[in-house]
Amino acid sequence: MTVTQATAPATSPSSPASPAAQRDGRTAQRSLGRRLLARPEVGALIAAVGVYVFFFAAAPAFREASALSTVLYQASVMGIMALPVALLMIGGEFDLSAGVAVTTSALTAAILSFQLSVNVWTGVVVALVVSLAVGAFNGWLLIKTGLPSFLVTLGSFLVLQGANLAVTKIFTSNVASDSISDMDGFDQAKTIFASEFSVGGVNVKITIIYWLVFAAAATWLLLRTKFGNWIFAVGGNKDSARAVGVPVNLTKIALFMGVGAGAWFVGMHLLFSFNTVQSGEGVGNEFLYIIAAVIGGCLLTGGYGSAIGPVIGAFIFGMVSQGIVYANWNPDWFKAFLGVMLLVAALVNLWVRRTATRR
Amino acid sequence: MTTTNGSSPNGTLVKDTAPQDGKPVVELRGAGKSYGNIRALHGVDLSVRPSQVTCVLGDNGAGKSTLIKIISGLHQHTEGEFLVDGEPVRFSTPREALDKGIATVYQDLATVPLMPVWRNFFLGSEMTKGPWPLRRLDIDRMKKTADEELRNMGIVLDDLDQPIGTLSGGQRQCVAIARAVYFGARVLILDEPTAALGVKQSGVVLKYIAAARDRGLGVIFITHNPHHAYMVGDHFSVLRLGTLELSAARSEITLEELTNHMAGGAELAALKHELAQVRGVDVEELPEESDLQVTPAAGGSSASDATR
Ligand SMILES: Nc1ncnc2c1ncn2[C@@H]1O[C@H](COP(=O)(O)OP(=O)(O)OP(=O)(O)O)[C@@H](O)[C@H]1O
Ligand SMILES: [Mg+2]
Repeated sequence: MTVTQATAPATSPSSPASPAAQRDGRTAQRSLGRRLLARPEVGALIAAVGVYVFFFAAAPAFREASALSTVLYQASVMGIMALPVALLMIGGEFDLSAGVAVTTSALTAAILSFQLSVNVWTGVVVALVVSLAVGAFNGWLLIKTGLPSFLVTLGSFLVLQGANLAVTKIFTSNVASDSISDMDGFDQAKTIFASEFSVGGVNVKITIIYWLVFAAAATWLLLRTKFGNWIFAVGGNKDSARAVGVPVNLTKIALFMGVGAGAWFVGMHLLFSFNTVQSGEGVGNEFLYIIAAVIGGCLLTGGYGSAIGPVIGAFIFGMVSQGIVYANWNPDWFKAFLGVMLLVAALVNLWVRRTATRR
Repeated sequence: MTTTNGSSPNGTLVKDTAPQDGKPVVELRGAGKSYGNIRALHGVDLSVRPSQVTCVLGDNGAGKSTLIKIISGLHQHTEGEFLVDGEPVRFSTPREALDKGIATVYQDLATVPLMPVWRNFFLGSEMTKGPWPLRRLDIDRMKKTADEELRNMGIVLDDLDQPIGTLSGGQRQCVAIARAVYFGARVLILDEPTAALGVKQSGVVLKYIAAARDRGLGVIFITHNPHHAYMVGDHFSVLRLGTLELSAARSEITLEELTNHMAGGAELAALKHELAQVRGVDVEELPEESDLQVTPAAGGSSASDATR
């Protein structure tokens, strides 16, 4: 067509394309594909399919059901933490202490139960309180000081990392906690946090179920509740959110406590899987959580993202880390591969968001 | 009269009867605010009564936004008193102001660009349904309400799910105004609501202000445009460098006087002199210094046909 409407008034009623009086007629109905593309996790989904196909072709062992189960287990342990980290990121903040906080929680439960010779559930509950308190403290410090969360949580990262090592050494004169496998309540707690069951001859870890249930709950929270609305708002524009009555401080503290809760859950899983905790564990994992969230389409600057995104991000992580093993490559390549994935995902997300929000 | 772009014969939207003096809902007594060592506001008296429109005018940086931010709970006053319903208050969050029925259209509009239009509309005051553990957003009702309120303003959006950041500045302003009108139960504050609006939408906003006043709301209307102010205002306060330069009821001041006051009085006359030396600038319509001797306390409208 050579007809141009450049000179016609944009809202002109004579525009032949707008017979419906109720519409302003300028926006063509966005196609389904276009609206799908506007979802934050679509880029990650495309990447996940790509990675799956790649390893499916490259590593025969990867094709077996048991391999999928292992991949999902890897993904779930990391993915459970990636969920609250992603919510926090949508809320505009980071938590660099998330990795060592998992170890702190597990150590608290293990050392407390062992030293006091009490039922492990006492340790589990105290660990939950400690984890929530660490999260609340991070949030509180952020709000009181007004410092960026990067700095505040870098501080708590160092504090926790040091405390993990030092406190463990005080009680055990060792770098690991004592085994609690023969203590009261251990079997019960193990059933809850670290059991597995069999589906058609394939062992499936229970964390996979938790992971998917938590992801569904987080999705519901984000999209269907007041609090979810507030998360997007405090990450998207804190000052505007405050001006219209959103309790910004409460929302941020709650998000940090959510990370604490996640750290507790994963910490308990690790403790009851291995009976003992290495006090130096967890360092560096905080970046894996953040990477999963970013690959899953969460905006690094906050205000945009989903809970399904980090699920896919964690799944990609699981596929890559196991796929390299199944393909008999040197596992040292894992980090390099992950780095490439991160960059590709970031670019895909950028592109997707630009196309989707362009009108 | 220099303008008659209102709809009623006398060019204003003001009610025929003078507003009866109710008790002020919101009152400032000698209120002031310092940002560190910047004294943005000092010794300001202002009262907002039900069914009255209080217009606040002033140059850029005069302290208008600071004034309304105190009332809307975004900032706290550092001197003087702030009373709601006669009780001294000190809001620590905008939530407290909203709970008292005070809703605000901020100059920067207070929207979250990446969030959909309807979520922005209800942000902070979401509609929910269901019992607690399953309490969830009532999305259909919110979308429907937002759509109706926007249509009432003459804004038709095809897709309320589009991020508000993709709307034009004026459309965004309309969303912010519709939101405040919808949530403002007793006091409505508008900080330069017509700044980015077209003629039609400006008219709608003025009608909204008149309608809110007729519903018994107290309205604070901040604007740079004395014509807009005079069309709906019952009381006019002019701020200058953070202090109250003029505070006059409608019966005490004419549009010309207000316009001249706003224009900066003597400064404008000096400007006229300068402009007269530039070829092609028509200065005929600008006031002479002699027109500018406004005595706010003077009653009546004896100066209404000032010579030009
Ligand atoms: N957060 C702040 N910190 C420090 N100074 C501020 C702050 N907000 C406003 N000010 C100062 O207070 C004074 C009044 O600002 P204010 O925003 O109230 O002006 P205004 O009358 O609304 O102007 P405009 O017409 O441009 O909107 C200005 O000098 C400004 O620099
Ligand atoms: Mg202002």
